[in-house]
Amino acid sequence: MKAMNKKVYILSFVAVILGLIAGAFFMLVTNNNPLDGYYYLFRGGLMNIERFGNTLATATTLVFTGLSVAFAFRTGLFNIGASGQMLMGGLWATAIALTFQWPKPILLTVIIIGAALSGGLWGGISGWLKGRFNVNEVVSTIMLNWTAYWTIYYVIPKYFKGAFLETESRRIPQEASLRVEWLSSLFNGSYINLGFFLAIIVTIIIAFILNKTTLGYELKAVGFNRLAAEAAGINVQRNIMLSMMISGALAGLGGAVFYVGYASNMQIGVLPAQGFDGIAVSLLGANSPFGVFVAALFFGLLHSGKGFMSAMTSIPPEIADTIIATIIYFAATSILIEKLWDRFRRKGGRE
Amino acid sequence: MEYIVEMLNIRKEFPGVVACDDITLQLKKGEIHALLGENGAGKSTLMNILFGLYQPDRGKILVRGQEINISNPNIANDLGIGMVHQHFKLVHNFTVTENIILGYETTKGLVVDIKTASEKIRLLSEQYGLNVDPEAIISNVSVGMQQRVEILKMLYRDAEVLIFDEPTAVLTPQEIEELMKIMKNLIQEGKSIILITHKLKEIKAIADRCTVIRRGQLIGTVNVKDTSQEKMAEMMVGRKVSFRVAKERKEPGSLVLNIKNISVKNPIGVLALKNFSLEVRCGEIVGVAGVDGNGQAELVKALIGLVKVETGDIELKGKSLLNDSIRNRIDQGVAYIPEDRHAYGLILDYNLEENLVLKLYYQEPYSKKGILQKDIISEHGQRVIEHFDIRAGEGSTTIARALSGGNQQKVILGREIDRNPDLLIAVQPTRGLDVGAIEYIHKRLIEQRDKGKAVLLISLELDEILNLSDRIAVINNGELVGLVDGEMANENEIGLMMAGIKRGESDE
Ligand SMILES: Nc1ncnc2c1ncn2[C@@H]1O[C@H](COP(=O)(O)OP(=O)(O)O)[C@@H](O)[C@H]1O
Ligand SMILES: [Mg+2]
Repeated sequence: MKAMNKKVYILSFVAVILGLIAGAFFMLVTNNNPLDGYYYLFRGGLMNIERFGNTLATATTLVFTGLSVAFAFRTGLFNIGASGQMLMGGLWATAIALTFQWPKPILLTVIIIGAALSGGLWGGISGWLKGRFNVNEVVSTIMLNWTAYWTIYYVIPKYFKGAFLETESRRIPQEASLRVEWLSSLFNGSYINLGFFLAIIVTIIIAFILNKTTLGYELKAVGFNRLAAEAAGINVQRNIMLSMMISGALAGLGGAVFYVGYASNMQIGVLPAQGFDGIAVSLLGANSPFGVFVAALFFGLLHSGKGFMSAMTSIPPEIADTIIATIIYFAATSILIEKLWDRFRRKGGRE
Repeated sequence: MEYIVEMLNIRKEFPGVVACDDITLQLKKGEIHALLGENGAGKSTLMNILFGLYQPDRGKILVRGQEINISNPNIANDLGIGMVHQHFKLVHNFTVTENIILGYETTKGLVVDIKTASEKIRLLSEQYGLNVDPEAIISNVSVGMQQRVEILKMLYRDAEVLIFDEPTAVLTPQEIEELMKIMKNLIQEGKSIILITHKLKEIKAIADRCTVIRRGQLIGTVNVKDTSQEKMAEMMVGRKVSFRVAKERKEPGSLVLNIKNISVKNPIGVLALKNFSLEVRCGEIVGVAGVDGNGQAELVKALIGLVKVETGDIELKGKSLLNDSIRNRIDQGVAYIPEDRHAYGLILDYNLEENLVLKLYYQEPYSKKGILQKDIISEHGQRVIEHFDIRAGEGSTTIARALSGGNQQKVILGREIDRNPDLLIAVQPTRGLDVGAIEYIHKRLIEQRDKGKAVLLISLELDEILNLSDRIAVINNGELVGLVDGEMANENEIGLMMAGIKRGESDE
């Protein structure tokens, strides 16, 4: 078990290195110096306490969507619907934040729990369809992404419209935001918010569920071998539904920390990219909660540094996206890398 | 020229295993030469080399005295070497003729000359007593017939050396006998045969000489006349093995499983089990004999709770099971050794201790309030591993996937028996295992019986059924053909019943 995990992390590391090499190649062919490029990219995410805070804030949402995808993966399900689940969580969070004026601890508790439930409901629908009617979860989550998209499109302008713009909600008031004064000032006014701590706690909880509980044991058993799990008396349908609900809840939490933490209002007509980035985070993190956490930090760093890189050099910010895409590509083809790795090792061993 | 084919000092290595190491096999013209060895001994590999599918790393091949490099199956074909593979290579919606001429078509102008081909096949079929209809569609003919189509395929290509890779594994006893007759016909017509098998009885019955290999090593070649099954088994396994498991006659006790007139549909909605009834009592092994696909799968699924029973009832210790979930049945004492251990038996990516609590993890002390108790699970795993002599590299934390088939089966056996069940349903419990592991599993099944448990054994291996069962139920086309006392049963009679021929009178 240990040895296997180690191998998986080495593969992820190799994927990152290959991604960075590919990025350097693109910088070279666009007549830029890769050393400069990477210097500014990493500097952009780390150079001072404020930018470091922003990196963490960017990573926060990715931790949740990454955990969401990874959790479903462990049960053998492919949740492409993290974006839609995020939107539903975000909608709840925004609606509560803009409607009630309760004391902050109560308000935030209601926002967070409700966002998890909304996302969980959204994911649960796909789980139910899969368990009950064997509807492929990839299809249903994609459809529900668009259902969420159009729901936001309708609800936000109708009930939570801003004073000037039709296309976004009112600003989230300070009293309802996950951003808190002491934290922002600690990080010199960065976007970092309480969501980051929530991400740490939730990562630990998910790791605990997967590794230490009977629920995790069942979910993984279903993911590894549905037939054997069923023959052993595990209720497969129930586990599929539960897995999608928890996966959705995680994405819903991602919606809350994004829309009332990182951002300060909710825009219509956007399917949040973080939902899809969650797939990459999950792959790179080898579907393990702590792996996901680290992978999210890394992607957060690339995302928050790319603006600075393009400002300081003539490298377009798309290069950072290309690097991310390349890393995804290598992480996804890690099986191939694994084969090459094995062959390489065996050769080495024999000679 | 005495030998038609000589394989001399052949070595073949795959990543991580030496499949064949310095093996020599010499085939005389006109003989049936058995190639004997346990699973994984390297038999198929050696023959695939002769057939040109693999290249040897070392050694040489002589055909009719000439050294030849067989770099692909076409060359083997041209040399008159044909092979019936372990898994047939037929196109199911093609006719017999189309299958046989595939890749070897004679053409008349631009069109394939099916008629001439068909005629030639009919003649060959008659000459060798194969009884094959050239116009039949493959998917409509029996497995035995499909095998004869494979044989015709070789004859059509004028093969003189015929290789059979475990041909009897898929046949009923009668079909096996027919096949043996066919082989004798082939020899009379001047062909030479290499017969791969690990069934000693067949070798004794038909082969002239026998080459034994063990783990890629040549053990020796013997004249079958001058040796015994025991001797060959010892060569194959490397130690003495007992065939008949010692079993004392015992009076069965109270009724454990009562299957009453059940009917069950298969996945495509056809009734695959019809009005089937059977009783299994304490302290007896009831064997279910039948050719594959005659309702055994549905019977098992109905007992486990994987499919709905249309009509009838299943009682365990006098209480109906029909409304119980799979887990409830397990908790009431139903244990299950599945036919396909990878699909239904194990979570291959879980380690052994995790697999060993697959039917326990939700109970105390293995978990408390939903939290797994890793220490207790680990202790339990180590205890079962020791008790059932499971060989695993890293003990209870070894991933199940890394184990050999025999040890994987021991994990399942250990998991099921350790729960002390009232009813043990064992489906093909020794499929694909070698003689040593088979012996072990059989002993454990008898042990359960002697402890007063009810054992339902469902197997396609008639020898296994005959060896272990106190009573034998024969199933054909989803119906119970008859019940036979295990002591009095003989292979022939059961074979006929497996083909659906009922007996006039029961001799119980
Ligand atoms: N194509 C292959 N690649 C790797 N290993 C193989 C391959 N074919 C067979 N082997 C290995 O070689 C050994 C002999 O296999 P095989 O010839 O199929 O045995 P047998 O037919 O006697 O059961 C086994 O350990 C098997 O796993
Ligand atoms: Mg073989």
